[in-house]
Amino acid sequence: MKIYNSLNEIRVDIRTGATSCKQLVEGYLANIETKKHLNAFVEIYAQEALVKAVEIDVKIANGTAGLLAGMVIGLKDVLCHKNHGLQAGSKILDKFQSQFNGTAVQRLIDADAIIIGRQNCDEFAMGSSNENSSFGKVLNDLDNSKVPGGSSGGSAAAVQANMCLASIGSDTGGSVRQPAAFCGVIGLKPTYSRISRYGLVAYASSFDCIGPITRSIEDAALLLEVMAGKDENDSTVSYTEVPNYVANLAFDKKAKVGYLKESFGDGVSTATKASTHQALELLRNAGHEVEEIEFPLLDYTLPAYYILTTAEASSNLSRFDGVKYGYRSPDATDLQSMYKKSRGEGFGKEVKKRIMLGTFILSAGFYDAYYSKAQKVRRLLKEETERIFQKFDFIVIPTTPNTAFKIGEHAGDPISMYLADLFTVHANLVGIPAISIPNGNDEVGMPIGLQIMTKSFGEQNLLAFSKYMMEISKN
Amino acid sequence: MHMDKLIIDKYQPVIGLEVHCQLATLSKIFTPDSTEFGQLPNTNVSVITLAHPGTLPLLNKKVVEYAVKMGLAVGSTISRNNFFDRKNYFYPDLPKGYQTTQDKAPICIGGAVKIKLKNGEVKNIRLNRIHMEDDAGKNLHLAEETDTLVDYNRAGVPLIEIVSEPDIRTSEEAYAFLGEIRKLVRYLEICDGNLEEGSMRCDANISVMLKGASEYGKKVEVKNMNSLRNVQRAIEHEIERQIELVEKGEAIFSETRQFDATTGDTHGMRAKEELNDYRYFPEPDLQPLRISDQWLADIKSTLPALPAELYEKFTNQYGLPEYDANVLTDTKEIALYFDELCTHTQNYKAASNWVMGAVKSHLNELTLHIHQFPIKPVALAQLIALIDSGKVSNTVATQNIFPEMLKGTGKLPLQIAESMNLIQESDTSSLQLWIDEALAANPAKVAEYKGGKTGILSMFMGDIMKKSKGKADPKVTTELLKKAIENLN
Repeated sequence: MKIYNSLNEIRVDIRTGATSCKQLVEGYLANIETKKHLNAFVEIYAQEALVKAVEIDVKIANGTAGLLAGMVIGLKDVLCHKNHGLQAGSKILDKFQSQFNGTAVQRLIDADAIIIGRQNCDEFAMGSSNENSSFGKVLNDLDNSKVPGGSSGGSAAAVQANMCLASIGSDTGGSVRQPAAFCGVIGLKPTYSRISRYGLVAYASSFDCIGPITRSIEDAALLLEVMAGKDENDSTVSYTEVPNYVANLAFDKKAKVGYLKESFGDGVSTATKASTHQALELLRNAGHEVEEIEFPLLDYTLPAYYILTTAEASSNLSRFDGVKYGYRSPDATDLQSMYKKSRGEGFGKEVKKRIMLGTFILSAGFYDAYYSKAQKVRRLLKEETERIFQKFDFIVIPTTPNTAFKIGEHAGDPISMYLADLFTVHANLVGIPAISIPNGNDEVGMPIGLQIMTKSFGEQNLLAFSKYMMEISKN
Repeated sequence: MHMDKLIIDKYQPVIGLEVHCQLATLSKIFTPDSTEFGQLPNTNVSVITLAHPGTLPLLNKKVVEYAVKMGLAVGSTISRNNFFDRKNYFYPDLPKGYQTTQDKAPICIGGAVKIKLKNGEVKNIRLNRIHMEDDAGKNLHLAEETDTLVDYNRAGVPLIEIVSEPDIRTSEEAYAFLGEIRKLVRYLEICDGNLEEGSMRCDANISVMLKGASEYGKKVEVKNMNSLRNVQRAIEHEIERQIELVEKGEAIFSETRQFDATTGDTHGMRAKEELNDYRYFPEPDLQPLRISDQWLADIKSTLPALPAELYEKFTNQYGLPEYDANVLTDTKEIALYFDELCTHTQNYKAASNWVMGAVKSHLNELTLHIHQFPIKPVALAQLIALIDSGKVSNTVATQNIFPEMLKGTGKLPLQIAESMNLIQESDTSSLQLWIDEALAANPAKVAEYKGGKTGILSMFMGDIMKKSKGKADPKVTTELLKKAIENLN
């Protein structure tokens, strides 16, 4: 099948009769089959997707098709899809099926997106390499010895390998942007509360965001437009009006761009530094103001992130207890052993580690030293970031310090793994939107991501500027 | 266990109560699921109640309003900025693995409840707080099942927890406090206040110290008391148990003890269940809740008359004895019936007697609610007027007219009295006739009366009443009878 980079290209071909939804689904199914070894999908809805494709072809013919007609997407295994499996990559949700559509999923379906399957991810979205899944690891299509990033690793690899046009992932500390960077695609984390979390399996409630992974800014804009907005099922969702992102993607202003001095420090690869510098240089040459910002608080982002997210996670994951649904250990003999064995056998190592860490952080005597202090750091970060955006339109930094690493490379050293999220957790801590766009390759051809951040609810500008950035870096 | 009063008197018990009230909202606190009691197990359960992955709580505004009503009724400060906290622990009846409650920012702060003791003393019991939270489901241990079953119908039913300061000193005060809380929630119609069915639950924190001591003793929490009486019993028992330990020089452990209604005893729960660190932290799935001036004013405007106000009115405006005012304000419905009755009669004491007597005993006998009572206040007022005018006696009113009115035919008391020929005879000529007959029939008794046995008069009265079929006006008849008997030779 021809490689499509956006729904616009598909629409053109549908209009000319060069393709149809049915042919698209067949093509993606064939690619999924060819790229099976990547382990990007945990379940394929082949029949269902084909039936839906035929329906939508009829709608297109009748002129009644929705905004997303022609778009074939995959859903990360943390999104509730009625009567479909939902496991968050975990054994503890063994055989679990969601009884409802999450708000975002419902809106995608209503807009005639075709859901082709459920995508592999790190268990409960905890991880940066997609090595922590009960369904096994996902491989990077560019180099099968390397990880696709995580936690939305399956979702990014699927878009990278043309197994679907777009994926819907979730981003709690970089889980959409980091794998997008590792796979050379686009990953958007919107403002916190921009998209309803109803129907998103919770990792850390005050951080979690649904976000699209795409091959074009137009598709990211379109998917955001469809999924965003008020929702009576999520009391934390924003009621800020959703603009028409797609119609306003032209960027013709002169921007004030800041980059963090700290993002060029030790531990950032030479290739990453070089490509980021290059991008900043392009902006300068195009007449934009580019300035260095000192951001010493960066050192505190990862610790604050891990304290707060594990605290919330330890509580959010308490419901998985073997009592109501999912996995219950067959060896349980009484209540205590049911809890211990079901959770002990059902959760993977990384999840257990984070639950224990979060439990410790919230326990009597430690709460103030860790949780309260991290909340203060979070507030400082927010204030400092707001100050930056009073002066600057965008912050431009690398998405990750390094490109995709080898499978198993960080197995013995969790801290080095956590450093992969060094530049992405900032946006989740303060709630601002951030995007990762491809920005060249390193010396061995692995993609480098460029992260652009802006102030809360600034997605319109962020998307337009990102499109502009991608265009000037192509020329 | 009965201890020497002299020993008990050396100690000062200190008691605080925590009262959980299930709010009578139609839907649960964080889901639209029904709260209807007595449904088949696990029928009032949606994916939210069952804590399915991906679900989020939605706050029921009615719960907030009910909690605020209670706060206003006890004079609490209403917190304008509220947030919820998670209280984390594992138990099968707790679907989310945490209870959503208010730890740091309760909706109502402070306030007080006035209690009246048997000796007439009025005491102020201060409140620490009132907060909102969700109820748990129920574990069922059925005889024919080896496994424990869980019913989640109750999970997510809204609760308010009312926490008193440790101002309570005796079990009688605890009883009165709880009774007052129950009365209030029923007046406010926010909870049915049924301890037996568990829609209202009470835990007591109890400690003892030597009188005059400045430091409280170690407190023990007692749970599982399902009636007002049992709360009193459990507290009495626990006070004596603690005094006994102290007397023996043994230490009291801060622990949770279960009350056993059959033995009247309390026993400790296993130590393992005690070691709970609830790891409270702010609930990130709910927006902070702001109570605006307008909303607060709207809630205030829906507050009904409260028992203390009605008590004031009944004693001051109607001049009723405290006893009457207490009985009449015990339930809102009776109080309001009585208050309406008093708009139709000026004879408040008679009205009170009727309501406390004939009306209440009829309701009790048939276990009726006052809204099912067939006699409207205006009709009862007419009956009182009929007695006051001397047209019927109290006895005739109670025994003949009132029962007829209970049939609900809508006939007025005067119509009934006339149609049943019950209008009191105060016409002296017919009275004289019956008196003469009675005296003539019993010359011996007349002699006895004259010999000083004046009590014999009532025997004659009885005869005359019989002859008159109860219609003789007792007052007039007595006068005439005395005169007649003295005139006899």
